[in-house]
Amino acid sequence: MTVAPTNADLSVGGTGPSAPKPGKAGFKLGFDMKSSGIYIAFALIVVLFTVLTGGDMLAPQNISNIIVQNSYILVLAIGMILIIIAGHIDLSVGSVVAACGAFSAVMMVNWDLPWPIAVIATLAFGAVIGAWQGYWVAYFGIPAFIVTLAGMLLFRAITLMILGNQGIGPFPEEVRTLANGFTNGFLGNVGLGALGGADLFSIIVGLAVVVGIAVVQWRTRAGRLRYNQAVDPMWLFAVKVAVPAVLVMFVIVQLARFRNLPWVLVLLAVLVVGYTLVTNRAVFGRQIYAVGGNLQAATLSGVKVKSVVFWLFVNMGVLSALAGIIFAGRLNQANPTAGNSFELDAIAAAFIGGAAVQGGVGKVVGAITGGLIMGVINNGMSLIGAESEEVMLVKGAVLLAAVAFDVWSKRRTSAAR
Amino acid sequence: MTDTILRMSGITKTFPGVKALQDVNLEVRRGEIHSICGENGAGKSTLMKVLSGVYPHGTYDGEIEFEGEACRFSGIRDSEHRGIVIIHQELALAHNLSIAENIFLGNEQAKRGFIDWNKTNHAADQLLRRVGLAESSVTPVVELGVGKQQLVEIAKALSKEVKLLILDEPTAALNDEDSEHLLGLLRGLRDEGITCVIISHKLNEVMSISDRVTILRDGKTIWTENTSDLTEDKIISGMVGRDLEHRYPEHTPSIGAEALRIEDWTVHSPTQPDRALVRKVNMTLRRGEIVGLAGLMGAGRTELAMSVFGRSYGVNFSGRLIKDGKEIKARNVREAIDHGIAYATEDRKRYGLNLIEDIKRNVSAAALGKLAKGGWVNGNEEFKVADEFRASMNIKAPSVEAVTGKLSGGNQQKVVLSKWIFTNPDVLILDEPTRGIDVGAKYEIYTIINRLADEGKAILVISSELPELLGICDRIYTLSAGRITGEVPRAEATQEGLMTLMTKEEQEVAP
Repeated sequence: MTVAPTNADLSVGGTGPSAPKPGKAGFKLGFDMKSSGIYIAFALIVVLFTVLTGGDMLAPQNISNIIVQNSYILVLAIGMILIIIAGHIDLSVGSVVAACGAFSAVMMVNWDLPWPIAVIATLAFGAVIGAWQGYWVAYFGIPAFIVTLAGMLLFRAITLMILGNQGIGPFPEEVRTLANGFTNGFLGNVGLGALGGADLFSIIVGLAVVVGIAVVQWRTRAGRLRYNQAVDPMWLFAVKVAVPAVLVMFVIVQLARFRNLPWVLVLLAVLVVGYTLVTNRAVFGRQIYAVGGNLQAATLSGVKVKSVVFWLFVNMGVLSALAGIIFAGRLNQANPTAGNSFELDAIAAAFIGGAAVQGGVGKVVGAITGGLIMGVINNGMSLIGAESEEVMLVKGAVLLAAVAFDVWSKRRTSAAR
Repeated sequence: MTDTILRMSGITKTFPGVKALQDVNLEVRRGEIHSICGENGAGKSTLMKVLSGVYPHGTYDGEIEFEGEACRFSGIRDSEHRGIVIIHQELALAHNLSIAENIFLGNEQAKRGFIDWNKTNHAADQLLRRVGLAESSVTPVVELGVGKQQLVEIAKALSKEVKLLILDEPTAALNDEDSEHLLGLLRGLRDEGITCVIISHKLNEVMSISDRVTILRDGKTIWTENTSDLTEDKIISGMVGRDLEHRYPEHTPSIGAEALRIEDWTVHSPTQPDRALVRKVNMTLRRGEIVGLAGLMGAGRTELAMSVFGRSYGVNFSGRLIKDGKEIKARNVREAIDHGIAYATEDRKRYGLNLIEDIKRNVSAAALGKLAKGGWVNGNEEFKVADEFRASMNIKAPSVEAVTGKLSGGNQQKVVLSKWIFTNPDVLILDEPTRGIDVGAKYEIYTIINRLADEGKAILVISSELPELLGICDRIYTLSAGRITGEVPRAEATQEGLMTLMTKEEQEVAP
């Protein structure tokens, strides 16, 4: 229900089950149950809760809430999926979120540093934490499970040392706006007939995103055709552009009717596009998959495996710091218990989103979708008045089902071999 | 009439695409030491796995008769129950447990669910005396050397009241003293009435210890003879004898300048840093020439190749690498690749391919930089490159976006070769390039190797199959126990000659 599904098809060359004859520009069916299952499941869950809540699920304010309430988990999920693709895990992100939030609060509130400097320093602090953990995992050779379990304790302890037993706040206006605020109605409102007034600027941004999606997809397709590669038939291509476009416009219009675009949504959109590009097209992104797919083969192909793993943890540290600032800014207070069990939500998001337990597989967009599935379940169940233990029950079942599906489909394909 | 303890008749075992055993017959007499000899891949280990129930009844054809009864083992426990125990080449001991715990692992001496430690340790001590191991039964196995661990395995077998003991390459990792002790022990066990089957490459051992010898070749029984009627030469010719015609493409080499010279190259084992696996090796590879490296399993072939390839195996390296007349330091794989050295592994599934990725991403994996600008990969260019390899290497796949895990062995090997050719190496080391692939694909691989040599690359082929080396190489080095024991031009090479050099003992070549 954000930009997430729109980028589902940024990936170059999704692998279809039926491939064309060699050497000719053929068509292939781009519908693959294994990789599409997650998006279909997401759609079904949204529909289910929309029906159960009598439409409240998709109300303008609720959509905005889902995005803002889950933004920090989604930021963490991006870093987590990369680490899981490489075959590792990070259990410490919740504590790192808390430590970074506390660090930023001390700088902004106690020391009165200008907020841009404090934000940059906090991101650097996160990078240092990531480098610490990356060193032990990559160069010292301790399993990430252990290193980050220790980190979970260490950084929670550091948080408590910084904060004592109380929160620090309030945060500067700008940080709160980033975490919790909305874009201004720069261009005023526009009437949408029965839907009432909506923010014109938001709608223009939405249209720009839709055009962007279409252009990128078209250029990718044209490039593949130029190199005689298989592409989807035109109707499927059109569907694959139209569905995300409609979804984006729906979300944007709803948001425009409420309070314009949340700034965290803009931030998330930038992160998702950026990291999707890195995983699909950058040498570094390819090396992550190579390391996770077959460590020995990657080593013997000259990939500097240790350095890849190290930088992944640094990246995770920076994203945790970002999530820490957003979370603290949203509560307007850095809190010693901040980020509790965030690591579990981020890991669950990655696995629900199609990461493989053995590594080597996963997509940024998948992790975002996995995170949104959990967010929608949380939100929808609270709308229908479910108890928190029921929410937990459902989330646990969904996580298990998602991984069971992955293991099952893998066993099926290897049996067919 | 001698008493036959084991009769295996008409054993046929097929793996997808490969007939590993074909109508094999084996007859072992009670109380004898019976050696099974054959080249790597002849089917020895497969036969022993059929016997011990690793491949259960129903997955093979043929009959097993043990002590006069037909046997249908459904697993190792079944065969052990009958008194058949197999000791594998890679010892299966739990390192942090004590000797006694290992001996009775899975067979714990327990009373009402609680282990009786006095009984366990006492029984273990008695077994240790029997195998001549002067260690306390509470010593952790990790503190023992390989030779003593081997004895613990035998003690474990004795604890199960073994009647037929199978040892797969028991002395491959042992020094002379330990080997001698082990062989003495086996003679003693024979005198106690325990029958032994030994798989061994060391022909002098085979000659000295066994009563009879069976030869396997290409998954078939060739003959069984009394050792007293045999010579090492006769065993060698039995192991290698087959016709060589029309299995290798014709090739006239045009040999150019020296590409890589390896000088006094020594490598130590990463687990036992004082044990040298490769000792003072000197080799020369020239452009346009296909050089073979022959050696038995455990001779250090792969260790030599991988250590040259960016020190990707081993520790405590010494020696020099001279590439095109200049000394190079290839301290890691990236540097080796940048210096124009490539190594295609013997185990493509474990070390060669990312099986969950498609062909194009595997082909580009070792030289992604060539397809990238500023860190961004040009996916279309990558497709084009991979598609060109698909055509030129004749990789049979629907497209280069097919997942490599689903390809046949031959096609997987072509993907591995494509990956290394794309790095544009001057020196290409091919470790068992045709292992596990069918005859037709082998011919194609040989043709590719010839083409690469004609393009001016220096090629080193490591192979367990002597006919293959004789068929495609211009010059062959032999390696035994980490040392080069011979360098033979193609014209002078024979299988018997090579096998003699490959089984040459260390003392004979030491200066």
